Amino acid sequence: MTVFAFYLFAISAITGGLFTVLSRQPVHSVLWLILAFLSSAGLFILLGAEFIAMLLVIVYVGAVMVLFLFVVMMLDVDFAAMKADMARYMPLGLLFGLIILMQFVMAFGAWDANAAAEGLRAQVTPTDMHNTQALGMILYDEYWLLFQLSGLILLVAMIGAIVLTMRHRTGIKRQDAITQMMRDPAKAMELKDVKPGQGL
Amino acid sequence: METIILFAPLVGALIAGFGWKLIGETAAMWVSTGMLFLAALLSWIVFLTFDGTTEQIHILRFIESGSLSADWAIRVDRLTTIMLIVVTTVSALVHLYSFGYMDNDPQWPEGESYKSRFFAYLSFFTFSMLALVTSDNLIQMFFGWEGVGVASYLLIGFYYRKPTANAAAIKAFVVNRVGDFGFALGIFGLFFLTDSVSFDVIFAEAPRLAETQLTFLWTQWNAANLIAFLLFVGAMGKSAQLFLHTWLPDAMEGPTPVSALIHAATMVTAGVFLIVRMSPLMEFAPEATTFIVYIGAFTAFFAATVGLVQKDIKRVIAYSTCSQLGYMFVAAGVGMYSVAMFHLLTHAFFKALLFLGAGSVIHAMHHEQDMSHYGGLRKKIPFTYYSMLIGTLAITGVGIPLTYIGFAGFLSKDAIIESAWGAHTEAGMFAFWLLVVSAFMTSFYSWRLMFMTFFGKPRGDSHTHDHAHESPRTMLVPLGVLAVGAILAGMIWVKPFFGSHEQVSAFYGVPIQATEAADTTDDGTAIGWSVGQGAIYTHPDNQVLENAHNAPKWVKVSPFIAMMLGLGLAFWFYIVNPTLPVRLAANMRPLYLFLWNKWYFDEIYDALLVRPLMGIGRLLWKRGDGNVIDGFLNGVAMGIVPFFTRLAGKAQTGFLFTYAFWMVLGIAALITWMSIGGVH
Amino acid sequence: MIQSDLSIILPEIILAVYAMAALMAAVYTSKDAMAPLLTWVTGGLMVALAGWIATNGEGTNIAFNGMFIDDGFARFAKVAILLAAASVLVMSQDYMTRRGMLAFEFPLLVALSVVGMMMMVSAGDLMSLYMGLELQSLALYVIAAMRRDSVKSTEAGLKYFVLGALSSGLLLYGASLVYGYSGTTLFSGIILTAQHGEVSLGLLFGLVFLISGMAFKVSAVPFHMWTPDVYEGAPTPVTAFFATAPKVAAMGLFARVLYDAFGLAVADWSQVIALLSVASMFLGAVAAIGQRDIKRMMAYSSIAHMGFALMGLAAGTVFGVQAMLIYMAIYVTMNVGAFAFILMMEKDGVPVTDIRSLNQYAKRAPGRALAMLILLFSLAGVPPMLGFFGKFYVLRAAYEGGLAWLAVAGVIASVIGAFYYLRIVYYMYFGDEGEGLDKSGSPVLWGFLMASAAVMLLGIINMFGVEGAAAAAAAALVN
Repeated sequence: MTVFAFYLFAISAITGGLFTVLSRQPVHSVLWLILAFLSSAGLFILLGAEFIAMLLVIVYVGAVMVLFLFVVMMLDVDFAAMKADMARYMPLGLLFGLIILMQFVMAFGAWDANAAAEGLRAQVTPTDMHNTQALGMILYDEYWLLFQLSGLILLVAMIGAIVLTMRHRTGIKRQDAITQMMRDPAKAMELKDVKPGQGL
Repeated sequence: METIILFAPLVGALIAGFGWKLIGETAAMWVSTGMLFLAALLSWIVFLTFDGTTEQIHILRFIESGSLSADWAIRVDRLTTIMLIVVTTVSALVHLYSFGYMDNDPQWPEGESYKSRFFAYLSFFTFSMLALVTSDNLIQMFFGWEGVGVASYLLIGFYYRKPTANAAAIKAFVVNRVGDFGFALGIFGLFFLTDSVSFDVIFAEAPRLAETQLTFLWTQWNAANLIAFLLFVGAMGKSAQLFLHTWLPDAMEGPTPVSALIHAATMVTAGVFLIVRMSPLMEFAPEATTFIVYIGAFTAFFAATVGLVQKDIKRVIAYSTCSQLGYMFVAAGVGMYSVAMFHLLTHAFFKALLFLGAGSVIHAMHHEQDMSHYGGLRKKIPFTYYSMLIGTLAITGVGIPLTYIGFAGFLSKDAIIESAWGAHTEAGMFAFWLLVVSAFMTSFYSWRLMFMTFFGKPRGDSHTHDHAHESPRTMLVPLGVLAVGAILAGMIWVKPFFGSHEQVSAFYGVPIQATEAADTTDDGTAIGWSVGQGAIYTHPDNQVLENAHNAPKWVKVSPFIAMMLGLGLAFWFYIVNPTLPVRLAANMRPLYLFLWNKWYFDEIYDALLVRPLMGIGRLLWKRGDGNVIDGFLNGVAMGIVPFFTRLAGKAQTGFLFTYAFWMVLGIAALITWMSIGGVH
Repeated sequence: MIQSDLSIILPEIILAVYAMAALMAAVYTSKDAMAPLLTWVTGGLMVALAGWIATNGEGTNIAFNGMFIDDGFARFAKVAILLAAASVLVMSQDYMTRRGMLAFEFPLLVALSVVGMMMMVSAGDLMSLYMGLELQSLALYVIAAMRRDSVKSTEAGLKYFVLGALSSGLLLYGASLVYGYSGTTLFSGIILTAQHGEVSLGLLFGLVFLISGMAFKVSAVPFHMWTPDVYEGAPTPVTAFFATAPKVAAMGLFARVLYDAFGLAVADWSQVIALLSVASMFLGAVAAIGQRDIKRMMAYSSIAHMGFALMGLAAGTVFGVQAMLIYMAIYVTMNVGAFAFILMMEKDGVPVTDIRSLNQYAKRAPGRALAMLILLFSLAGVPPMLGFFGKFYVLRAAYEGGLAWLAVAGVIASVIGAFYYLRIVYYMYFGDEGEGLDKSGSPVLWGFLMASAAVMLLGIINMFGVEGAAAAAAAALVN
């Protein structure tokens, strides 16, 4: 059963990836990518890493891909023209792809991961604790430094986004929460009694 | 003190060369001259107080590379002290003389500064020459050797606006390269064989070298002979010996003080000095020294014959110099190093005197150098006349035969001729006869010079003759000093240079008991004392000194007779019957032309060497350098590099996907490179 | 344990915390008005940290289970990075203020990217390597595009970002390969797998991808294509920053990975590095000839220089690493001076980057022209300037490391490269008469230019002790 599930997920992941590249419609590509992510999530579940599987679904499929979809739909990119351009470089690209592929076949054909490597490889699923708990243990203890660094990276990304996009244009009305809340309805409104038929 | 002697001229040269704008031209000239007089004074003190023990004064580490180690050190021994007084004295006097001679030189336009440069060159030359003679090893000597070569080049070409001066300067430099090549090979050979360039080591190894065989140019050679020969080739170039002499007459293009200092008294004697300095090696190289004797004798004869017919006053003296150098080499070749040095010393005085006197004449005659335009100058410039007369008496060797009374040249030249006879070898006898004949010719051309210049009726431009005037005092004082030297130098020093064995040995600091003890050996290598003690070395078998002293009377008198004959003939030709030389030249035109054209040496060299080599050079320049090398480099620089530049520019399309594509390409290349070229 | 770990990374923590605190302070107070002050304070803090690191560090300290290594090598690189970054910050303040480009985020982004660089050279693990790398890169992407109103600047930032992402992908792929074949991300663990026998081909493939990713950061050919566009498009102070500190960091990271993780497979990677080196040297030299824009030319110049630095690395010896460190130190000093000069190039207050505008510059500003001449000679590697000794060291290292062909190629490339440096000298001294540049520029820039030129001349005496420090640093890296 697991074997069957593995091949199912694996094949659909590869198919998803392939059609992400090949498909003519960008929206289709994004959808194919979602398929690839979902399949990968399935593979993670098979490995017993349900937390990561869920992360993949929630973050990538739920957030990133939806964003992608919006972007793709909003931007009017002429993918056909780009594809035509790409066709010119296709033979050369294929050639180099082939070379790299052959090299890898050579390398993987002689998969001789060192004996020590097997020993060094960490245990995939901890046996005595919850998956999420194990991740937390590792993340906040052993990888504390990396965790903090990722925080810094996100901070830089935030600063960057603000620096690059925020413009202090004059003459624009901006929301000011404090003023809004402090407004007195009595002062904000002036009640006028308009006589019917007379207008202002 | 020796250090001050060595560096005072350098300081003078630097101040005069670079500082004259600050302190003014005249001050610069005085500084450099003052430095030279200081050096000369100290040199005389060193010479007179020297006790015969060789000393080394270390100045700095020079080259240290592998087993090659050459310090810069001053070697103080008798040879050095002799050369010190010769160089510094003549140089100091020439500096002083140049004040007058170089003043208002017509070669330079009004207002151009050239004098301080001239003095800087002179001082630089003196420094290089001192570095040469004080050297303690061959490398240092070679540097001095090349230093004087550079100075000589600069001074011959001092009138650089004159094409002939430039040509002469280049000729001197190039011909000297041939000699220097031999010298350098000799140094390499010595380093190869003894693993050292230091004199002490080389001298101690000399007996061993005599028994070493060496393959050079596919032939087996005796090491000592080969190296002595190579060193002599260097000496031939510097001292203008036959086959490499052609540059010296042309070098007269330089100002006359330069001719006196460099091309008469000091630099050209460097070759003799080299041979004498290497005496421990020469003594073990019989074939090489025989060669030296032959070359020296031939040079003396050849130069004297050419000197007979020259008209340019400086050229006559130049050939005379060439000839006298030949004498010195004969002396060194037969093993009488002391006598070679003796003649070097006296020659420095009287030849400098003659040159400076000639300069005075030229100065008086408004830079006219052709003797056929002179005549009757005796009355106009009496002081110059008398000093040149003394010089002529000295060079021709006037003295009382069989005594030690006479002018400087009388004692030293006769000593050489006696030594040549005393060698008791075929080469020695040959040299003896050639030298006697040369003495005759020396006398003839010297007196010819005197008679044509100072006697008879004035010839040439009358205006020039009317305005002929005695030179300023700065020029006359050096003449006087040198005249004293030309009279007395021989008589004072004949004993130390050419006295008994004991006197000579004591003078040079050679251990006496050692020379006697060495008599007991029979295999030619000295046992019981080391080679190289004292300033010169004579092999125990070398009996030339005794033989020369015991020479028969006719041998001792023969140079005097030759001199008298030459004087008489000159008197007859130029005073009694002045038309005779012209008729003689017409009658014996081929011989006259042969001599006038200096045996056609220049023409032969031109046809055999200069033209073919120029052709090859031109070919290599135009085809090899111009077309191939320049063509290649220009092709690369102008064609290929810009091509790649354009290519690189084209690759930089500005499109992202191109850039990304290159990165993927790079990955593919690196992976392929790794898996193909790697160890796996 | 955590306390000792923290004390080891204290300099990084200080800088990061300072950046965040300053950010908050600036946001809640006067914002951009504070920027000049912040720039100077950041620069000062960096200098102080550099001094602290240079004087206090001792031995090899490992923190966070080997993810962070503080050794002599890291300290040498950090000092160089901090000083370079501080110099560029201080130099850029006046230039950017006058053009209204100085946002208060700029010094803070630089500070954060410096934190990333410090992490890079201290990385002991593939993951910390990547974190450091991304931290510095992300900050660099942003400051490259800081001039939003300039199309070129925006384009530069975007190109840099996209290609940087690609290179990160390559690097990550390599890291995953390495992890797959060695079973660990720790350098100390990776090197163990090589100890047990031959290095497997898969591991080497991983290494090649890692190298590609890092080669992008040092802009080695053929991963260099972004460099000219970004150098040209980015504001000049940012370009100056790109040319200095990040290059040192990337080089340090390069050496760190190659020696700490693959130190037993020197023969395998040495040839790859040699290939990158020779390609960079030649392309840098050849392509720069065609440039008219001095910033673009400096981009190719830095490509060529990185080729030379890689040559030291390719030698695979302690001396090679030492030579590389010396080379980088000299390179950074030269570039600070050269960019100080470029920052001063302006006409009527508008920055000019055309090389031909320098015509006859020596007549108007002889002092600056002379200083630039010294720097250019040094960049070209003309003795007796310090640049020559840098080249001499790497050439010697390559020769002694058995890569004589590489050394010969380096000499040829440097001969070709001399052309474009000397061409500027030609323009400055013998160029046609034309409308010249202003003789303006802040005293700070002038000071940096003169100091840098002076270093190039005076450094030949003893290189200010850098040689010994580099030797110690190299010995610390290569055991």
